[in-house]
Amino acid sequence: MATPLLKPGIDPASQAVEPTSPVARFGADAPLAMDAGVDLAPWQIAYQTAGTLNEARSNAVLVCHALTGDQHVANTHPVTGKGGWWDRLVGPGKPVDTDRYFVICANVVGSCMGTTGPASLDPATGRAYGLDFPLVTIRDMVRGQAMLLDRLGIEDLFLCIGGSMGGMQVLQWAASYPERVFSAMPIATGARHSAQNIAFHEVGRQAILADPNWHGGRYLDVGTRPAKGLGVARMGAHITYLSEPALHRKFGRRLQDRDAPTFSFDADFQIESYLRHQGITFVERFDANAYLYLTRAMDYFDLAADHGGVLANAFRGTRTRFCIMSFTSDWLFPTADSRAIVHALNAAAAPVAFVEVESDKGHDAFLLDEPAMISAAKGFIAAAARERGL
Amino acid sequence: MNASAPLAPAILPQDATGSSRIDHLVMLNLVEPGSRVLDVGCGDGSLLALLRDRRGVDGRGIELSREGVNACLAHGLPVIQGDADTDLAAYPDDAFDYVILSQTIQATRQPKEVLEHLLRIGRHAIVSFPNFGHWRVRSELLLRGRMPMTDTLPDPWYATPNIHHCTIRDFVGLCRLVGARIERASALDASGHPMRFALPWWVWNLVGTQGVFLLRRR
Repeated sequence: MATPLLKPGIDPASQAVEPTSPVARFGADAPLAMDAGVDLAPWQIAYQTAGTLNEARSNAVLVCHALTGDQHVANTHPVTGKGGWWDRLVGPGKPVDTDRYFVICANVVGSCMGTTGPASLDPATGRAYGLDFPLVTIRDMVRGQAMLLDRLGIEDLFLCIGGSMGGMQVLQWAASYPERVFSAMPIATGARHSAQNIAFHEVGRQAILADPNWHGGRYLDVGTRPAKGLGVARMGAHITYLSEPALHRKFGRRLQDRDAPTFSFDADFQIESYLRHQGITFVERFDANAYLYLTRAMDYFDLAADHGGVLANAFRGTRTRFCIMSFTSDWLFPTADSRAIVHALNAAAAPVAFVEVESDKGHDAFLLDEPAMISAAKGFIAAAARERGL
Repeated sequence: MNASAPLAPAILPQDATGSSRIDHLVMLNLVEPGSRVLDVGCGDGSLLALLRDRRGVDGRGIELSREGVNACLAHGLPVIQGDADTDLAAYPDDAFDYVILSQTIQATRQPKEVLEHLLRIGRHAIVSFPNFGHWRVRSELLLRGRMPMTDTLPDPWYATPNIHHCTIRDFVGLCRLVGARIERASALDASGHPMRFALPWWVWNLVGTQGVFLLRRR
């Protein structure tokens, strides 16, 4: 097994309970009312901030992370030691300029980087929740973020921005709290998870459930981890984040450290060894049960269904300024998904801009150096800031 | 049709003082202050910005090119990257007070359907287009036997985005076909100024380089 890319001295499992970032704790008097019908209490939410909140408290930006992301959007990750996952977009002088705006990024409910989730300790039993944790929805995540903003004394957001599952949260924010969102930028996302996407997620979950080390979700109690299953889930998902042209350009059919095939099931091809590496490093920083819960949250997301089947109704009367963005080679959330959102916003007479970025990098383009995305985001955010008087 | 009788009052710009394009100023005068406007094929958004700044218009745009969309974003204009031929179907009825199609109808694949959408989506439609009936266009074809290239039709035949040319008279015919009432109309002369006299239609059709029409569904 390859050497894990870990910063020495930090145990990834400990991040679930005592993360390397600020944490807002809510007691029995402030439960999180979850869609599953459970009042979660006590609970906590871990977050990071950058920049300074101005006197009028009008420059707050909420960055919503994707499925396997976390609160470390623009700072060094405590486990991997790598830079922030969106430091191309967030930071001093970047489109989400931390010299001008107060940026908040919180770990979502159900995840494993310090916000309460299946890897957290259940106060009723003294051991990890595991599958006793209630099913999480995107709306639960947003409700939790809203409670964090209340705690921080932030009434409304100048900007709510995120990609993929983060984009779902942005849409949910705009639908649940329209008066609290001045501008919204959902990127590479959809108003619902497609059948194909649910299918891919199910394959990943089944890989985890089939790992003998999963132990019915009680692996933390017995001191094992379903690393093989979670690694396979990540390998499968990772393919959906890329595109055929990008895979071909990066790997083609090239062999890894050899001149001829070995006639075995070794990782002969570069793409194989790349995927194995992705699987292994992911296991080091992510909890398998959290992966089950968060993929399920995306599967359940259907904003139109929550509004009588008409997506436009989710945005009725909104005054939020929207900028929707998609990428030409994204087959996980193709441009048609973004267009459906744009059409609904048009039907609701909302101010909406839409950009389709030409890219061959697939779904992951939103995390990569994509100049057209950066410049469009810069233009939209700067104009919104002028409008807000920032 | 009676080609010599004016069908509608002509359009004249009332404040043609700024540095903006004359055809934009002509359109500016057709739009009620504070109204909702959709500009289809809005380019860099200069008309939308003019309408917002001078008329307090709540404007939206559709533009095919990413460069155009980015310029609009930087001006704070809500503009959607998209195609008039396919995207207008998604807009609900009566969503806008005015839908503008400026120098774009000749580049659409289905001009009749696009015009019908404009009249459905907006209470009014404003359409401008290069007049293929202009005398220079006619003479290029008649005397030289070549596809015309003029100020309003600057591209050679193999590189033009325009696929459905029409004359002012053709457009009036299309308006009748789709049940559009021409509320006001104008032809711009070679320098881009509205022709100032109540000239008969055949003169407009011959000497106008472009037509500007304010339409309303019947």
